[in-house]
Order: sequence, then C-alpha cells, then structure tokens
Amino acid sequence: MNSLPNPGVSLARGRPRYGERVISGILLAAAAVSILTTFGIVISLLVPTIEFFTEVPVLDFLLGTQWTPLFADGQFGVLPLVSGTLVITTIAVVVAIPLGLGAGLYLSEYASPRARSLLKPTLEVLAGIPTVVFGFFALEFVTSVILVKVFPDIEVFNALSAGLVMGAMIIPMVASLSEDAMSAVPVGLRDGSYALGASKRQTSLGVVIPAALSGIVAAFVLGISRAIGETMIVTVAAGLEPRMSVNPLEGMQTMTSYIAAAGAGDLSTGSLEYRSIFAVGFLLFAMTFAMNMVSIRLVRRFRQVYQ
Amino acid sequence: MTPDSAIILSPGTPDGRGPRSSLHSAGAPFMDRAFRWVIFSALGIGVLTLGVLLAYVTIKGWPRLNLALIANMPSIRFPERAGAQSAITGTLWVVACTALFAIPTGILAALYLEEFARPRSRFQRLVEINIQNLAAVPSIVYGILGLGLFVRALALGQSVIAAALTLGLLVLPIVIIATREALRAVPRSIRDGSLALGATEWQTAYRQTLPAAIPGIATGVILAISRAVGEAAPLLLIGAVAFITFNPDGVLSGYTTLPIQIFNWTKDSREEFQILASATIVLLLVVLLALNFTAIWIRNRTQRRW
Repeated sequence: MNSLPNPGVSLARGRPRYGERVISGILLAAAAVSILTTFGIVISLLVPTIEFFTEVPVLDFLLGTQWTPLFADGQFGVLPLVSGTLVITTIAVVVAIPLGLGAGLYLSEYASPRARSLLKPTLEVLAGIPTVVFGFFALEFVTSVILVKVFPDIEVFNALSAGLVMGAMIIPMVASLSEDAMSAVPVGLRDGSYALGASKRQTSLGVVIPAALSGIVAAFVLGISRAIGETMIVTVAAGLEPRMSVNPLEGMQTMTSYIAAAGAGDLSTGSLEYRSIFAVGFLLFAMTFAMNMVSIRLVRRFRQVYQ
Repeated sequence: MTPDSAIILSPGTPDGRGPRSSLHSAGAPFMDRAFRWVIFSALGIGVLTLGVLLAYVTIKGWPRLNLALIANMPSIRFPERAGAQSAITGTLWVVACTALFAIPTGILAALYLEEFARPRSRFQRLVEINIQNLAAVPSIVYGILGLGLFVRALALGQSVIAAALTLGLLVLPIVIIATREALRAVPRSIRDGSLALGATEWQTAYRQTLPAAIPGIATGVILAISRAVGEAAPLLLIGAVAFITFNPDGVLSGYTTLPIQIFNWTKDSREEFQILASATIVLLLVVLLALNFTAIWIRNRTQRRW
C-alpha cells in the first residue's frame, strides 16, 4: 500500500467513494428538514382550514365583524381579531421604529468602538428576554403601576400596555438590522458628504440613511411582522375579549392570543372551534409570510448594491 | 507626505466612521449636538426598559427567592409554599431533547449548504430563502404545527418529545444561520490545503473546516438554547398548560416548563402568586443571562484573524 504511485498513473478518479456519497446524502437530508418544516406548516394549516371553510364561507370569515366561537350559534368573523392585532401592532411600531432607528444610527455612526462593545450586548440581552416575562411586566408594572395613574379609567387588560412593551421588545431587532444596513454604506459616501461641508447630522440624515434605506425598511417590515406574530405579551396583558375597537385603553384579543387561548383548551379534533385555530393561524402565517418575503427581498437588494 | 498632511487629506477616524472629533465637535452647532442626544436617548430608552424590568422583578420576587422555590412542587392552595421544581426539571428535559435534535441537524444542514451544495444552485437558494423565512415565522405557528403533526397525527400526545421536536424545528434556523456564518469565515485556503494533501471533501469538512468554525457555532447553539428555554407560546398549544406536580421520568412523560409555570401563576390574581411569578422570572433570567454572557464571552475571546 505504501509504494509510490506509478508516475504514469491516470489522474481520473479511481473507485467511486461510496462513503462520501452516503455522508453527502445524510447532510442533504438534514438540509431538507428545513424545507419539510415549511411544507409541514403549510399542510398542517391548510387541511383543517379547508375543512373549516366548508362550514364557514370564506367571505363571512374575512369580512365578518362578530367573533363568538363559543356561542351555540357561533359567529366566525375574523375582523375583531385582525383589528385587535392591528391596534396593538400600531402602538408597538410607533414605539419601536423611531427608537430602533435612532439606536441603530447612534451605534453605527456615533458610538465609539468601546461604547458599542458595551451597548450592543445590552440590547442583545433585552432581545433575549422571554416574551412571557414582557407580558408579566406589561400587566403588573406598566398597567398596574404606571398607566392607572395616567389613565384612571383604563381596563386591567388593555391594548396600550401590551403595545408599549411589545415596542420596547422590538427595539433591539430594528436597531441591530438597521445598524447592519448603515454600516454597509461605503465610507467614501460619508467622506464625500463631509468634503462638501456637511455636518455629521446632515451626513447621517442626508447620506447614510437614504443609502441604507432598503435595509432599514427591511428592518421595519421584519419588526412589524414580529409584532403581528407576538403571542405571550398580548395573551397576558391585552385580555381575551374580541372587540372591534380602536380605544387602546380597552382590552382586545389578537389573532395570536385567540390561537393560544383556544389551543390551550382541550378541544375535540373535529369541532369547528378546533378548526378555527387553524384558519386564524393560516391567516396569520400568510400575513407574516408576505412581510418576511418583502423584507428578504429588500435585504438582498442592499447587499447587491454595496458588494 | 508627512503624517500630519495624511490626516488632513483623510478626515476619517481609524474605523472609518466620519470625521475626527477634534476637527469637528469643537464648534458643533446646537442642532448637531441636540440630534446626537436625541438618538442617544432612543438607545437609552431601550436600556432603561431593561433596567426597570430587571429591578422590578427582583424587588417584587425577593421574598420568595429561597430554596423552597427550587425544592417544592407547584400548589394551588398554598402559594407561600409552592415552588417550581417540576418546571425546572421539565425545562431541563425539554431543552436537552431539543438540543439533541436541533444541534446535530442544524450543523449537518449548514455543512451541506456551505461545503457540499453546488454554489448558487437553485436548491441552495430555495433553502436559503426558506430558512430566512422560517426564522421569522411566529412561534405560535410552530405550536400549530406541533399540535397537528406531533401531538395528534404522530400521536405523541402532550409529551416531552412532542415539545422537544416542536422547539427543535423552531430553533433550527438559528443554528443553521449561525453555523453557516461561522463556516463562511473559515478561509478557502484551509480547505484547499487539505484537499491538495489528498483528503476527501468530508475529511476536509470534518477535520479542518468544522473545528475551525467551532467558536462561531457554539455562540449560535447557545443562543438557540436560550431561545428554547424562554419560549412559551408554542408549548401552550401542545399541552404544557396542565397542572403538573411531578418531574418527567422519560420522553413520553407529561411536563411543564418555567415560562409556562410563570404564565400560569401570572393568570392567578392573588398577590402571593404574583410574587412567586416574579421570583421564578428572576430564576429564569439568571439562567438566560448566564447563557447570553457565555455566548458573548466566547465570541469576544475567539475572534480569530486569519
């Protein structure tokens, strides 16, 4: 075996490497798990959703304004859940987008390397706090300690506390993604701006943010998607009453908190209420899927521009 | 060219972010200083929220931060004696099984995508977009998947293994994305050297590329685990809400976890349970902060320059 190869030997591959092929197949199977997960999600949502729509017309579901699945003559109009989701998402976004963008801009353009190395991990810790803890904080501190003093007639479960805390939760994500986008802007663009006499603020607002815009918008879209899909904060702090209301001092149910509340009960597999979990879940998945795709596209675009 | 003139020609700071402060901030007009403060306070509000949250739960939970919290089982009638033992052991069981499933699968998948798949093939692109999307799918949707697939279709019931598989799929994108980035940071020349010495592709990946990427992978794995430890929403759907006063004794056993126990106590409006929930939150956050700092420490310690 140890003899030197014949110098005239062919360099073409000799015997096939079966072991390598087996390993490559195992790795491929592992990569396929992620594809199968998506298929699994779509199929496990779609089948009960189709069964649901054989009993409840699609338009009654999408346009109905009554959500009373527990009544004998249950109504399955999803708009109260959608409106609850949108009210709380709007509050969260109003908090998270300006603060997240400001924090990202500070980290990218203003912070010294040393400050950055302290502030970024702190934001990561904030991002790593479990959502049930944020829910507890929203109910026990933000509502019971702060908001009752500002709004004496606020309900115990209300959209405002859930939205505010959710906004704080999303700040790190918006900050980190928009910082990535701004850091990818070439230094030459900033130098050009300074050479024309612009100040740092003018450069940040007039050059860096516009140049990083697609990445920043991607961060916003992903933040909104995160707010729509967040479950524990709204389940704990926003109450479980479906309501067509825009008053943030009232409790309201979202799509996610309906799924959590109904799914936690022991429903029989064939019941209409059980299937309604999947129909609402499908709507939620479709909404967040569309936003995620927009965000992924936008990120790809800014990567292409500056590489 | 003298050093001085070089500085004047290139007003960038060493990290290339804007002009040298000495040239600039001395006469910075009011608007510029105000703007700097505004965006700094945006960051400050985030940090302040974190501080208030940590202080609040610590102060509120302080009376119950004792051994009974760890040693006793939950109780509905005696909140002053109730503890979180079944939730602690349940969390350990679920997270250990999640890790056993998600870490190898995630690393192998990332190895395939970085080292074996044809670069820029259609399959690779499809998987890439798919993983980015999966990372942003709401966690409650994974709960629906777990309910339909693991709990009902595969009849695993409300068991540790059903929870572990569900959370495993949830954290898989985190492991894959972190591992891919770590593998990508290993220079091409290491692979070429190994291949030139006659190693096969798998030998190169397993003995050269993968060991060089371990620190980055470890960081991602720890973040994935801490996500699994804190996750509650999907478990609500797949049966962790039951009142559990026993420790799991196998993968088919019933279970509860710390976030679910916190959720159950939060729902009970009695003050003792709010205190108990706060104390359990402190316990959970200590574990998560320890994991987080380990990840940050590994990342800072091992930033290797090739």
